Amino acid sequence: MPRLTVRKTYKLYIGGAFVRSESGRSDLLGETNIPRASRKDVRDAMVAARKAQARWASLTAYNRGQILYRAAEALESRRAQIEAVLREDGAGDADAKAELDAACDVLVHYAGWTDKLHSVLGGVNPVASPFLSFSLPEPTGVVGVVAADRPALLGLVAELAPALAAGNAVVALVSRTAPRAALDFAEALGVSDMPAGVVNLLSGRLAEAAAALGAHRDLNAIVDASGDRELGAELDRLAAETIKRASHHPGACTYEQATEPALERIVALTELKTAWHPVGV
Amino acid sequence: MTVEPRQALVWDYAPAPEATDHLRLRDRYGLFIAGEFREPADSRYEPTINPASEEPIAEVAWAGAEDIQRAVEAARAAQPRWAALPARERAKYIFRIARLIQERARELAVTETLDGGKPLRESRDVDIPLAAAHFFHYAGWADKLRYGVVAREVAPLGVVAQIVPWNFPLLMAAWKLAPALACGNTAILKPAETTPLTALLLAEICQEAELPEGVVAILPGDGATGAALVRAPGIDKVAFTGSTAVGRDIQSALAGRDIALTLELGGKSANIVFEDAAIDQAVEGIVNGIFFNQGHVCCAGSRLLVQESVAEEVIAKLWARMLRLRVGDPLDKNTDVGAVNSAAQLERIQELVQAGEQEGAVRRSIACELPDRGFWFAPTMFTDVSPVHRIAVEEIFGPVVSVLTFRTVEEAIAKTNNSVSGLAAGIWTDKGAKAFQVASALRAGVIWQNTYNHFDPTAAFGGYKESGFGREGGPAGLRPYLRVVR
Repeated sequence: MPRLTVRKTYKLYIGGAFVRSESGRSDLLGETNIPRASRKDVRDAMVAARKAQARWASLTAYNRGQILYRAAEALESRRAQIEAVLREDGAGDADAKAELDAACDVLVHYAGWTDKLHSVLGGVNPVASPFLSFSLPEPTGVVGVVAADRPALLGLVAELAPALAAGNAVVALVSRTAPRAALDFAEALGVSDMPAGVVNLLSGRLAEAAAALGAHRDLNAIVDASGDRELGAELDRLAAETIKRASHHPGACTYEQATEPALERIVALTELKTAWHPVGV
Repeated sequence: MTVEPRQALVWDYAPAPEATDHLRLRDRYGLFIAGEFREPADSRYEPTINPASEEPIAEVAWAGAEDIQRAVEAARAAQPRWAALPARERAKYIFRIARLIQERARELAVTETLDGGKPLRESRDVDIPLAAAHFFHYAGWADKLRYGVVAREVAPLGVVAQIVPWNFPLLMAAWKLAPALACGNTAILKPAETTPLTALLLAEICQEAELPEGVVAILPGDGATGAALVRAPGIDKVAFTGSTAVGRDIQSALAGRDIALTLELGGKSANIVFEDAAIDQAVEGIVNGIFFNQGHVCCAGSRLLVQESVAEEVIAKLWARMLRLRVGDPLDKNTDVGAVNSAAQLERIQELVQAGEQEGAVRRSIACELPDRGFWFAPTMFTDVSPVHRIAVEEIFGPVVSVLTFRTVEEAIAKTNNSVSGLAAGIWTDKGAKAFQVASALRAGVIWQNTYNHFDPTAAFGGYKESGFGREGGPAGLRPYLRVVR
């Protein structure tokens, strides 16, 4: 008798734990049940992200850089399995391989940004009065991401990496039609050094989950790579309620698109703080 | 408190009023469109008044939809030529504007004080010099943009609509126009309804500088003009400084449109006094933080957080210092606190102060003789304020400070950050390491350590959270007016 396969149950990734939707709902995609995140799941993820963010931002830039690099290592080591999932979800052999190459390299690229932002975006201001004045970038806080539907993995990583490099925590809605690669990536993150709650990944339906995320009053910024203009306008309107930073761009399909211009992606998710200190006795 | 200071100070100063006979103000100002002052399409003129006397100063055209359309067309036509000028030539026009502001500084300062009610000492020593400095700083950026935005190829956004408030009329116009022009955009600026005059003098300065027509338009008007301007077809970017409510309306109005936006909105900034601060110095900083410009300052230190162990001393010294504030004629060079900008703003201040009393906070306003006409509010301190009182949460935008206390550093940080806004904060302590630790923990865009209310064109200014997004000043102030080509 042939051996019975042990199938995988896909779950949401919230606060470092793999959980079913609190609503108990799921959608059947192919032969796999995918959890359908509810408004309450979004709220739980927001709470986890807010809790994790301050500590993530307070780690040294060197440490955050190493943790992002470690995430690339974790992804690289699981690439065979995730490539297979991408192929099952419609990618050709070469495309699946290229997507994994790019996703790993994008993580490495942004890992190197963590300790360079201050010198590139900040510095001492030569003010015309007796003060030491300097400006430095800080994370905006908790960032919501609506990832592109395709490419399913790179589209997510391209939004996650700059947000994390800047010191933000993220709540992301992953690909709707091919969520498995992103949820498998969550497992890679789960065994990397990424602190629990810094990355929270939700699968579900676009309109429902994105609106719940965009409307959350504790969210500081929303990055929309859905390519859906109507949804984009709705997210803008929701952002206005609490003056969230909203940005829209097409999903990245290549390493170049995810990293050029890398700095603009980071700037959209940082604040600049200016401090003044008197000089003299 | 054991000793209640005197209620009024008997101390006479000889009046030292600034002359106004050198002003060359016109009776009427049209709309500045395509390099000329023009009649508004619907012939609407409104008086602008002196808030210290309620006397009209001049009549000013208010722009309607048709005027906005004309200004946008002129700005669109001018933009490619302006952007195509050799950058060093663009720079020189902006340098000229800076120089002309310096040359006409006295006239601009007096006009600012007449139109807005702020003490002449402030318009003369802060507003006008900083406005000139801002143009001077950004003029120099015009041919160095690729160094300002990290060696990338950049391009202007196009036509920008800019709306400025009434608290620093010319200075805010400078903050808006200087970087926009340096980056090769053309601009349509709407000054505030109660303070249009220095922007109109700036229009004259643009003419004097021979700025190409259409590069700058000045369209006075009220909120309706502003609302129409940000919704006008042909605008590529909106920059707004003002209230959070209007900022929210603008952000919502631009939803789904590919229009860049920067917002510099309100705040409820905390000024934190630790027990190890130099108390006398801190008291001066508190006064400067909240009574500068009648408290009409978006980053005003309106929430005073004092460590419990020194609260009694700080409150006593602050009250003693407040009693020495001179309130009155803004044109008098001895005046510390001038007129409230408008009847509407006075009403807002009165309403919130009343709420403070009703909610149980203890109010103290200094006894001072206020003029019979005009809009005035005596400097006021509230003690026994709870963090949930409206006067501890809502922006009053007037000379009113709410005093709260804390016990530990952690509590000071938590109380400061417990606000939907995050524009600025002050920290008073003689311990450097503590100052830096607290500064890094505060979620606010500007942190003043042992000082307050300092500004400079080279130093970025702007808020966290609901205080807005985007920065003004320094290289960070270029980015909102550029797009990265690659």
